[in-house]
Formats: sequence, structure tokens, C-alpha cells
Amino acid sequence: MAEKKETIGRTLTVALAVCLVCSVFVAGAAVSLKQTQQQNALLDKQRSILRIAGMLNDNATGAEVRKIFGEGITPRVVDLETGRFTDAENPRTFDPLKAAQDPSLSKILPASKDIASIHRLERYSIAYLVEKNGRIETLILPIRGYGLWSTLYGFIALKSDLKTVAGFGFYQHAETPGLGGEVDNPRWLSQWPGKQVYDDSGRLDVAVVKGGVDPSSPQAVHKVDAIAGATLTSRGVDNLVHFWLGPDGFGPFLQNLKKGDA
Amino acid sequence: MAKPTVREVLFNPVFNNNPIGLQILGICSALAVTSNLRTALVMSLALTMVTAFSNLSISAIRNQIPSSIRMIVQMVIIASLVIVVDQLLKAYAFSVSKQLSVFVGLIITNCIVMGRAEAFAMQNPPKLSFFDGIGNGLGYSVMLITLGVIRELFGAGKLMGHTILPTVNEGGWYIPNGLLLLPPSAFFLIGLAIWALRTWKTSQQEKPNFHITTHVRAEAY
Repeated sequence: MAEKKETIGRTLTVALAVCLVCSVFVAGAAVSLKQTQQQNALLDKQRSILRIAGMLNDNATGAEVRKIFGEGITPRVVDLETGRFTDAENPRTFDPLKAAQDPSLSKILPASKDIASIHRLERYSIAYLVEKNGRIETLILPIRGYGLWSTLYGFIALKSDLKTVAGFGFYQHAETPGLGGEVDNPRWLSQWPGKQVYDDSGRLDVAVVKGGVDPSSPQAVHKVDAIAGATLTSRGVDNLVHFWLGPDGFGPFLQNLKKGDA
Repeated sequence: MAKPTVREVLFNPVFNNNPIGLQILGICSALAVTSNLRTALVMSLALTMVTAFSNLSISAIRNQIPSSIRMIVQMVIIASLVIVVDQLLKAYAFSVSKQLSVFVGLIITNCIVMGRAEAFAMQNPPKLSFFDGIGNGLGYSVMLITLGVIRELFGAGKLMGHTILPTVNEGGWYIPNGLLLLPPSAFFLIGLAIWALRTWKTSQQEKPNFHITTHVRAEAY
């Protein structure tokens, strides 16, 4: 018996049989669960958009998320080069993060412009619009950039004047728990709503500053107190906000939108 | 060797032969996923399931596996089970699976699974092997849950995401110990747990590898 087990033919047969059974098993699971997984991924994204824009409480059910998102939010594709809406991609299926990896849909950022350290910038991105009576009430824009040792992915929501922050936050990062990880701290994030990211002349003016914000200063509305013990993460947040609201990010688009010309 | 009973294989690994405490296996994931209790629980469950079913299936075909490729056959079976568990988590526990990220996939390389397959399932019948897998999973879970409770409670003042000790950052009084949220703290805690375990169960103490002999040479002068 023991000798029979060790022949080459037998070894190959067992190997083949095990591989076959296992591959059927794995493929079966992957295919049958795919739909649920895709729904989950979509739901998760919608939930983070709504949460960051402050349109959702934390323990809303999946059905509520789908309802609020489906009724209240219109995704539109934005051409970052021209700063205008475009119909080049389908906003329901287009994924800007995937596009940033695709050479035909993105470009390499020169180091001098790449303040958020994202390396590649996609040509098209998505803006999420909350409209009421044909006017934009809230505009939610995807942002990302490097912190201390991970890329932070999040959204910034602007009010109808396109310079007052309505919501700000991240849905994915791997900063140090307890230090940089405090970017998720609701108390820190609650500083953002009400801040103004552009000054009256339309110049980008927002900063994450060390040492606290003096509320009596006229500049206080453009400043956010940095996170204690997380200098580099705070600097990363500052950089990524500057990049995405600046001339290479959504800056031109926001200007066009303000003129009513997007 | 007397044939082990189901009861033995199920409960011995919890304290008498703990995979982390005595066999010192599976340390990597014990460091990585225990910064909060929820991920520790899900990871425990996932590992227990994988160990139990890999033991079961390997034991069922143990007389068919040629010894020249037995490790690879074990790997293939374990890897398939891990992928299925990962897919199930993505489908039914999406937010937890996002937090566990790569560590579910790394159950494949978790020494506990491979170790039990090679050490137990290759020699014992399927039913016994299945319970041995559950037992070792329980041993791993006990350690992970202990770590998860201590790290989340004292590192973030929470349990399962519910605030127990309100932290200063959120307007409370508790100054959290940030070290506990970092992986190295699990090393210290595991060390302390092993110390406690071996003080309680003295049979687990190892004999020292060598003795330092007393100094016999007279002082040079």
C-alpha cells in the first residue's frame, strides 16, 4: 500500500484531482457571491459619501442609504483639464481611482505639481451634486493624498457658494491608530464645516495650522487646527486639500461652475 | 500513544496546549488584528472555520495523499478554504473584511492551520481531526479575544466600538494608552499571557537550554 502510493502516476492523479475539486469549489464561491459583493462595495461608497457630506447618521440601514443616495445625489463626470462637465464616461460606472492607473485616462504628475504625492492624475473625475430647484445645494468632490505612510481617500463637500465647507472626511487610510488615525475623530472633523476654502477674491486660502486657531482672528475662517501628535498627517491633509482645490485639481471646474459655465 | 478523545482534542488547546501560548504559532495575525475586539472576533471565527475544515478534508483523504506532495496538497486545500472564507466575508461582512484586509488571506500562511494539518490530521480520522481544528481555533480565539479586549479598552476606551471609558479627545477623562493600538503592544501582552499561563500550568515551563555554571576560577593576581 505504502509503495503503491508513491508512484508517479498516482502522485499526478492525486494532485490533479485535488486541484480540480478545489478550483471548482473556489470558482463556485467567487461566482455565486460576486453580485452581493459588488452591491456591498457600492453601498459602502455611497454610505461614505453621504456620511462625509453630513447627510446620514451612522447607523442608517442599507435601504436608507440607497434611498437617500438615489433621490438626492446626482453623480456627474468632470473633465479636470477643461474644468467642465463631460459625458465622455458614464458617471454610474466610471471609477476615477481605476482611471488613475490607466495610462490612456491619466497622466503622470511632475514632482513640482504633485504636492499631494498621488503620482498619477486621472483626466476625468466625478462630482456628486445635491440639487434643489435646479440649483446646486451641495457639491461633493473626491480627494486623496499621502499622509505619513498611507494614501488618505476622502471627500470634501462644499455649500452652494462653492467656498464654504459643508463636510469633510476620509473613508480609507492607514495612518497610525491613535495619532494620524485621529483624522477620523469626529471632534477634529467637526472643525471643518463652516470653514471657507477660498477668500473673497477667489484665491485658494485654507490651511491646517499648528498651535490652535485664534477664533477672534479674521483669518480663523480659513484655518483648521492640526491634529496633536500627527504633524505629517496634518501636513498631508493640508497638501491634499490644496492640490484638489487648486489649479490641477477641481480649481478650474469650481471657477467655471461659479460663473455658471460648466 | 492512547487514542485522544473528542473532549481532549477540543479543550486541551485552550489552556493546556494553547497554539499561541505554548506552540508559539500564529503570532503575526495576533499582533495585527487585535487592536479592536470586532476584528479579533471575526478573525478568530475565520481561523477556527478554516482549521476545522482543512483538518477534516485533509484527514478524509490522508490515506490517498502521496507523502512526496503532501505539503502542497495541504496548502492547496487550505488556500481554497481561505479564499472561500474571504469571499464570504466580503459578501456578508463587508466593513469588517475591509478592516481585516490582507490578514484573512494570510490565514493561508498561518502556522496553526498548516501545523495542525501536518501534525494531527495526517494521522487521525476525520471526526477527531475536525474537533482538533475547532479546539485549536478556540485556543487561538481565547488569546485573540483577550488581546482585543485589553487593547481596545485601554487603547481607545471602547469595546466593540461602544465607548466604555470616555477619552480626553472626545471630551471625557480617560487618557488612552496609544501604545496599545500599535502592533508591538500585542507582543508585550502575549509575553505576559505566556508568563501567567506557565506560572499557572507549571508543566508548560521549558527546561533551560543551558546552565550558567558558577564562577570557579580564582581571581587573577
